[in-house]
Amino acid sequence: MASQKAKKQVSSLPHMTQAAQEEKRRQLAYKELVQKKKPRPRYLRNVLVAFVVGGAIAVLGQLVLRFFMSRGLDLDAASAPTLAVMILVGVIATGLGIYDELGELAGAGAAVPITGFANTIVAAAMDYKREGWVLGMGAKMFLIAGPVIVYGTLAGVVVAFIKFMTSP
Amino acid sequence: MAAKKVGKSTVRFASPPIIVGTGTIAGPVEGKGPLAADFDVVLPDHAYGERTPERSETKILEQASRIAIERAKIEKSMVDYYIAGDLLNQVISAGFSARQLAIPYFGVYGACSTCAMSLALAGMVIDGGFADYVLVACSSHYQTAERQYRYPIELNIQRKTTSQYTVTGAGAALLASSGVGPKVTWATTGKVTDLGSKDINDMGGAMAPAAADTLLAHFDDTGRGPSDYDLILTGDLASFGSEMLRELVRDNGVELGDNYRDCGLMVFDTKSQRVGAGGSGCACSAVVTFGHVLKEMEKGTYRNVLLIATGALMSPLSFQQGESIPCIAHAVAIEA
Amino acid sequence: MTYLFAFLVGGAICAIGQLILDFTNLTPGHMLVLLTVAGAIAAGFDLYKPLLEFAGAGALTPVSGFGASIARGALAEAKRMGILGLFTGVFEYTGMGIAVAVFFGALVALIANPKA
Repeated sequence: MASQKAKKQVSSLPHMTQAAQEEKRRQLAYKELVQKKKPRPRYLRNVLVAFVVGGAIAVLGQLVLRFFMSRGLDLDAASAPTLAVMILVGVIATGLGIYDELGELAGAGAAVPITGFANTIVAAAMDYKREGWVLGMGAKMFLIAGPVIVYGTLAGVVVAFIKFMTSP
Repeated sequence: MAAKKVGKSTVRFASPPIIVGTGTIAGPVEGKGPLAADFDVVLPDHAYGERTPERSETKILEQASRIAIERAKIEKSMVDYYIAGDLLNQVISAGFSARQLAIPYFGVYGACSTCAMSLALAGMVIDGGFADYVLVACSSHYQTAERQYRYPIELNIQRKTTSQYTVTGAGAALLASSGVGPKVTWATTGKVTDLGSKDINDMGGAMAPAAADTLLAHFDDTGRGPSDYDLILTGDLASFGSEMLRELVRDNGVELGDNYRDCGLMVFDTKSQRVGAGGSGCACSAVVTFGHVLKEMEKGTYRNVLLIATGALMSPLSFQQGESIPCIAHAVAIEA
Repeated sequence: MTYLFAFLVGGAICAIGQLILDFTNLTPGHMLVLLTVAGAIAAGFDLYKPLLEFAGAGALTPVSGFGASIARGALAEAKRMGILGLFTGVFEYTGMGIAVAVFFGALVALIANPKA
């Protein structure tokens, strides 16, 4: 069952005992078998649905952005309230129990828009409230959204710092 | 001298324990599946009138246990031991249900292999002469498992092709030293097997090597083969895992025919129900075996059944720390 | 016309996210972090502002726009008030959204329970 590739990879580990090498060989062979046989996702369908749903949410966002810009805000100033309204949309859709269905259907099409960001916060809040309002909901609300804020802030500060120091 | 031990890892019960009563409860999704009519109770929803899904799981485990005792037409006080387990941290569903049942209790953890594991242990306790009645039970719950192992319920997550759906339900069986019913005749205890899989979305693929290991050990120890059983049943390998099991045992010269089935594929209609590759969880093998298979044995459809329940022994913590997924499988033979 | 561009750009960013999910073993959390950081870096190369003007919400509402908004906010404040602005500016455009998510998220959690 061990293929050529698997054997080659193992022989590069001479310090291992015979038994450990045999075990490693079995592992590699099985990994190969799994990779070969595992049913593939429906790539095209998934990408198309993600594209259409994500695009539709962006159009909804554009309606909101237009509304604020028609009230005399410039693009920068209208960004904040637009994000806020879209987040509110995500919050409500989650509360109604439809956003997880949308996620099952559209994958990244539901996860990537800012409405999906809102969904991660509300879903965690609704779920963990049963472990208490403080240590449950309070502590775990940002379980999934937290990394986005943390790495967004880290990257944002570094990028802005470099830009700030290099621009005249 | 272990007189009842056969081969490396199998025991043959000299006076096989008899399954004299069962109780099965299934959740709302399982209740729309092909085996709905075989369950004693089908829940209207996941909450079942409880404040938290964990309480709901405890409740169904306790109720399934009480149904099994009732069916056996004995008093609860006559039960010598209660052997139970589930998927949650510190096996709380089993422990909490034992608090209500007030029967001397062994809490066990075998992940989704708990059903076969507790049957084997109960068999040893009874055949060893330590008890006349042993109640075995296990449970799992879609919402409690999602919360512990994956994500909050309402999160937008798309299932992978190999993702499985945790069965909500509980199954209990009362084993007795005498009586009428199917007998547990052999038990093969699995070794922990780990072929290095780290894919949390593919439990079936991770567990298949453990199932193959135990199945081959069982055939080795007993001198039996696939044709000696009308039904070889794995716990929750689902579609991909059972395909891998067939591949793995084929490499060792064993061909599994039409008599091989998987509980995870029986409990749901994987085509019309959105459950990914099939069911999983302790309750998966328990409700299918105790609810469906034993009823079919009573009707005479099957006479010899081998149940191999598989379990993945990782935790969210070990997974996040980059460890691979150690798996186990236990086999028990049930004969009419 | 912007509506069409919003649809195309917003959809394309989601499609990239889907490709990451389907072709790698990364979890949705990793994918979101990756896109956020990519957005922040794009903002650093002055790529995001033109995209924003071109596609409006198509560039703003995906999580990459969230990362870009953090970087743009930090830079705008730094230019206005010096180096400390890097830190006061990070939530300039995004803070309102986070506050809305926390406030209304808690409110929804108060009244709604997980169903599925």
